[in-house]
Amino acid sequence: MKRHDIFLAGVGGQGILLAGEILCLAFMEAGLDVKKSEVHGMAQRGGSVTSHVRCGRQVFSPLIPEGGADILIGFEALEALRWSHFLKEDGILLVNRQKINPTTVTSGRMEYPSRIYDALKKRHPGMRIVDGLKLARRAGDGRTVNSVLVGAVSRETEIPEETWKRAISKRIPEKLVPVNLHAFELGRGR
Amino acid sequence: MESTITRLLSGNEAIAWGAYDFGVQVASAYPGTPSTEILENLARLDDVYAEWAPNEKVALEVAVGASLGGVRALASMKHVGLNVAADPFFTASYIGVNGGLLIVSADDPGMHSSQNEQDNRHYALAAKVPMLEPADSQEAYEYVGRALEISEQYDTPVLLRVTTRVSHAKGIVKRTAGRIKHRKEQGFVKNPSKFVMVPNYARRRHDAVEERLIRLQELSETIPINRIEWGRREVGIITSGVAYQYAREARPRASFLKLGLSHPLPEDRIREFARGVKQIFVVEELDPFLEDRIKALGIPAIGKERLPICGELSPETVKHGLDGKQQRKAVSPAEVPPRPPALCPGCPHSATLYTMKKLKLTVMGDIGCYTLGVAPPLEAMDSTLCMGASVGMTHGLDTALETDPASRCVAVLGDSTFLHSGIAPLLNIAYNRGTSTTVILDNRTTAMTGFQDHAATGRTLQGEKAPAVDFEALGKALGIDSVRTVDPYEMKEMEQVLKEEVEARHSSLIVARRECLLLKRGTRKAPKTVDPDKCVGCNLCLMTGCPALSRTPDGKARIDSAICSGCPICGQLCKFDAISHLT
Repeated sequence: MKRHDIFLAGVGGQGILLAGEILCLAFMEAGLDVKKSEVHGMAQRGGSVTSHVRCGRQVFSPLIPEGGADILIGFEALEALRWSHFLKEDGILLVNRQKINPTTVTSGRMEYPSRIYDALKKRHPGMRIVDGLKLARRAGDGRTVNSVLVGAVSRETEIPEETWKRAISKRIPEKLVPVNLHAFELGRGR
Repeated sequence: MESTITRLLSGNEAIAWGAYDFGVQVASAYPGTPSTEILENLARLDDVYAEWAPNEKVALEVAVGASLGGVRALASMKHVGLNVAADPFFTASYIGVNGGLLIVSADDPGMHSSQNEQDNRHYALAAKVPMLEPADSQEAYEYVGRALEISEQYDTPVLLRVTTRVSHAKGIVKRTAGRIKHRKEQGFVKNPSKFVMVPNYARRRHDAVEERLIRLQELSETIPINRIEWGRREVGIITSGVAYQYAREARPRASFLKLGLSHPLPEDRIREFARGVKQIFVVEELDPFLEDRIKALGIPAIGKERLPICGELSPETVKHGLDGKQQRKAVSPAEVPPRPPALCPGCPHSATLYTMKKLKLTVMGDIGCYTLGVAPPLEAMDSTLCMGASVGMTHGLDTALETDPASRCVAVLGDSTFLHSGIAPLLNIAYNRGTSTTVILDNRTTAMTGFQDHAATGRTLQGEKAPAVDFEALGKALGIDSVRTVDPYEMKEMEQVLKEEVEARHSSLIVARRECLLLKRGTRKAPKTVDPDKCVGCNLCLMTGCPALSRTPDGKARIDSAICSGCPICGQLCKFDAISHLT
């Protein structure tokens, strides 16, 4: 089984830590060593949130080195750009189609980068945009964007679909499992 | 319960499971990032007594008492918490233990959520206690057991020092045991010459501590967690904690001396390791703690000339340091607007801080969510030092500037912070006839660390009913002249009360009470909206820094209904009646 270094970036409240946890559980179930690192506390109050997920035969550092991620999942476009230097030059960039203004922008002091998807595409021509919110709503709950994105990234691994689904079912409250599995399927695509 | 269970656990969860499995009976802590989840997880397990103490000093004293009573005990805290607990910590080293006594210090290199990045390994050296440094969750789990054994065998408190990237990193943990009880056959047995630290007895105990250190050093030479991993002999890396992981990744084939018990140092093992390699590197986060002492053994070593003292290490800083190359600047994208953390939409603190800014007050701040009020546009915080410092500093500043108009000064601190370290300095104001004004931003929780209960919420760590401190009665009991309560959402009243109390020549306590909105999720009011015909674009409403408010291209205000809490703050600021509830 291949090793994967997956960097998740977004805004507090988008379900990044939970998505990271599900990735870890799936890799674990596939028999891999896993590590994950993130920061709690003050940094989470509407700030930029990241999670480093690493798996392989044996993982040492809980942090992915800059320029070392095989996959970067941007839950929000600006955060994808902010952390894009963590992605390998030939790495896979998945970006959720969503923009959330930081307070530095809402207060009128700075501007949200115009043509941000172009800027991302320039850095990583293979970028894939995922319509997270649209697919989550189609699944039945706009809050399942993170499961859509887990679905999208699952395609880039050799782990079977059933393993992913078991990981989701393990970690998500029982009554929300069906809608999240549906969101996962839509993200994964058929 | 199964005796071996393999699970994905954070370092903090692993410490909690370690404490459980290796028989901790009593645990006490004050919340603080990155240590908080240790007690939160322990509290969920049966048959362990776990509590929130008002501060780390109390937490450690509780643990010391429990240890003398013959049970295994734990106190956990963030790095700066050990400053608060330093008084009992140093003398607990003299008293020793009955049941095993473990103190967990969770340091925060990089200051993700802290006011400094002190290296608490110095505390082990200064208090002459052994220190263990796990490098991941599995070790965090196992080292709890080892530490408790060492504690009992050597009659000493033990410091378990972790960092953010151990506490908040997850890894696979295999539990090696189910819960084992470790109650000593004898509970508390009177022994004044060991437990009563009057000078005459303490002198003898100091001798015992020095003798203990020599025996601990012998242990350090043989303990398997101080291990040599021989690889290529060109470079030998001495390291501890998470730095080991970065170094192993950067130099998978080098030789390693990994120190799990990093105080006292295994001097003979270090010499043996140094003889076996051409060049010694010391890879450690923050201060040259290992490096200085290795060099003192006369062993040439490379360390902080290649690795930074400031900030946390990362796989790339360690790699570049070992390569001896200037760190290549990562090609980060240019001109990306920062996304700093901010007070939430509808936060009652933002209303109070806005009013203080409007009155041009000097705000001696404190540690909590409200510290975020330093950021523009609020910019309503003029100092933050440590827990509870706002109150003493205000008294000092008021005293120094007695005749100066700049002495329109207020102390601002949260309810949990006040209980932690604000009561004694408030008493000091009353006792010394000070005239300062203290404002408790009472949001009924410890919000910043994730909504922990405290002595004024009426609930314990387990959510059980408890007596709740009455701040107003307490202020009066301490001798404060004027005690008033204001709802921060009533901004006119807050302005009036602040004005009166700051100008008055008496001591004042204002309790600004409104529950944190995040405690009441699901009870959100209808969001507000801006009538573009009435809005003149004065942008006054934007000055509270509410994340739901923004400016449209034509300069008017706009409210993001998805995140607006429907609170009355911005509506009260608008002079043109342009803000109302969305219907």
